[in-house]
Amino acid sequence: MGRVEGKVAFITGAARGQGRSHALRLAQEGADIIAVDICEDVEGTVYAGATEADLAETVRQVEALDRRIVAIKADVRDFDGLRKAVDDGVAQLGRLDIVSANAGILTSPSNAENFSDETWNTMIDINLSGVWRTAKAAIPHIKAGGRGGSIILTSSEAGLRAYQSAAHYVSAKHGVVGLMRTLALELAPDMIRVNSIHPTQVDTDMIQNEPTYKLFLPDVEHPTREQFAAASQSVNALPIPWVESVDISNALLFLASDEARYVTGVTLAVDAGCFLK
Amino acid sequence: MGRVEGKVAFITGAARGQGRSHALRLAQEGADIIAIDICEAVPENSYPQATEEDLAETVRQVEALDRRIIATKADVRDFAQLKKAMDAGVAELGRLDIVCANAGIGGTPNRAEDIPEDEWTNMVDINLSGVWRTAKAAIPHLKAGGRGGSIILTSSDAGLFAYQNIAHYVSAKHGVVGLMRTLALELAPDMIRVNSIHPTTVDTPMVQNEGTYKLFRPDLEHPTKDDFAAAAVGMNALPIPWVEAVDISNAVLFFASDESRYVTGVPLPVDAGAAIK
Ligand SMILES: NC(=O)c1ccc[n+]([C@@H]2O[C@H](COP(=O)([O-])OP(=O)(O)OC[C@H]3O[C@@H](n4cnc5c(N)ncnc54)[C@H](O)[C@@H]3O)[C@@H](O)[C@H]2O)c1
Ligand SMILES: NC(=O)c1ccc[n+]([C@@H]2O[C@H](COP(=O)([O-])OP(=O)(O)OC[C@H]3O[C@@H](n4cnc5c(N)ncnc54)[C@H](O)[C@@H]3O)[C@@H](O)[C@H]2O)c1
Repeated sequence: MGRVEGKVAFITGAARGQGRSHALRLAQEGADIIAVDICEDVEGTVYAGATEADLAETVRQVEALDRRIVAIKADVRDFDGLRKAVDDGVAQLGRLDIVSANAGILTSPSNAENFSDETWNTMIDINLSGVWRTAKAAIPHIKAGGRGGSIILTSSEAGLRAYQSAAHYVSAKHGVVGLMRTLALELAPDMIRVNSIHPTQVDTDMIQNEPTYKLFLPDVEHPTREQFAAASQSVNALPIPWVESVDISNALLFLASDEARYVTGVTLAVDAGCFLK
Repeated sequence: MGRVEGKVAFITGAARGQGRSHALRLAQEGADIIAIDICEAVPENSYPQATEEDLAETVRQVEALDRRIIATKADVRDFAQLKKAMDAGVAELGRLDIVCANAGIGGTPNRAEDIPEDEWTNMVDINLSGVWRTAKAAIPHLKAGGRGGSIILTSSDAGLFAYQNIAHYVSAKHGVVGLMRTLALELAPDMIRVNSIHPTTVDTPMVQNEGTYKLFRPDLEHPTKDDFAAAAVGMNALPIPWVEAVDISNAVLFFASDESRYVTGVPLPVDAGAAIK
């Protein structure tokens, strides 16, 4: 008997990285999946976006676990597209119990006063408002089920403290904490729990690229993965450079399962102790 | 394969309540147990303490799960007793991986200025210094194993914010958070993780007694469990009066297992949203 057996999970940004890992981990423990992803480059990001082939690969891997998955290309900036995806998924899979608002971007660094309106707005629209739209599309289905549910918002260490040159990302991820706490209060009467996860660096495409390396190593011309690892490790308390996607998925699984049936309103750091340093 | 298969856990206050529940939950998932409890009345408490029969019952129930358990009567105020129990347990069971510093008392409610000197010092000696002594006795064994480890400190929602009339309890439980954070930093190089759990009201003898009922229902002469429940539900966001010991144990299990291998320094409320209300 899986730890989320028979439940259905809606995951945004599921084409690759943490989102794919969440889909697989929940499927391993018995859940069916509704997966969405933009499957396109997002303007301003310093790394290549996920593709339709990536989303198809998530589908293949979930199906290999003998679970069902409904995967739809959708943008968290577009509420109608998001709602249609959730509605279709629930129509096919019969219910909704778990939501992982995971889709997010990282765009070029700048001092706060030098961000263009466009760069700022895109960040907030995806990393904060996209999380709100994800919850908004999901809540009616969870309420209709009458069995409660678990909504997990992916924030970041940057949702707990500031980093220079990323005011847009830090503001959006802090905003996610405010949204999480408000949703937790509003949905508690229906036994719908809402929590956020705060990762330190995770080994995904979002950070494994030269522009991000340079954020950590501004003085090195072409920093390597090894040089980045050493710099990245220095911010963590545990002697590791980064965590793996599965570590975030295991925290998400705990929050999604009935083991955490009375855990709500919590900011859970999965951060190798970096918050303490 | 259990989630903590082959590991050994040291648990204080294991005769009953949450401590017994932790022993059983970890044993169900494959761990052997070193259990200690004072098994005696603590005079400052306004409710009956655990007995040697209670500790024997924990032993019986763990053995019924086909796991080994070494149980000793010991007081967390006495480092020599604690160390002796710990050393003997590790000698018998061969290793140490997990520590639950759970032993604690509720004390007797009073305004801060009216708490008697001996009740204050005893509270702090058990609920804060006892946690430090527990860690102190365990750390050499965890380090000697060279496999890292997980130390879980039981604080309370009273470790995150204040309640009137229990300044000694609130101070001790806040102190546990400071200890947790310091230990997390000091032990990170050895991959020993340290986290704290913050329960709302838990359905155990510590709160299910007339003294606590009266604290919550000063309006009634002989408040019942139902009268208490009606008041307790008001503290939580989720519409429940209290959580069960197993809900705390499931959080302990998450921290104890390798699923949280990179989680350290985290205060985790299991509090039905009480902290955000
Ligand atoms: N990687 C890290 O170090 C790290 C650290 C802390 C938090 N996070 C957060 O974790 C989450 C997942 O990131 P990841 O590390 O897996 O990176 P990733 O780039 O591999 O995955 C993000 C996914 O979100 C999708 N996405 C982006 N914009 C979208 C939109 N508008 N609509 C729908 N889908 C969209 C992308 O296509 C991609 O598949 C993000 O919210 C990120 O901010 C990442
Ligand atoms: N019950 C609640 O509502 C609640 C809420 C938040 C936190 N807590 C904390 O949870 C922990 C466990 O409490 P519980 O609810 O299981 O209550 P409990 O009274 O059933 O269990 C506490 C155990 O600790 C033992 N103990 C007390 N003093 C000791 C000492 N000096 N040395 C060794 N053992 C000692 C007791 O004998 C008892 O078996 C405590 O730290 C408590 O403060 C309880």
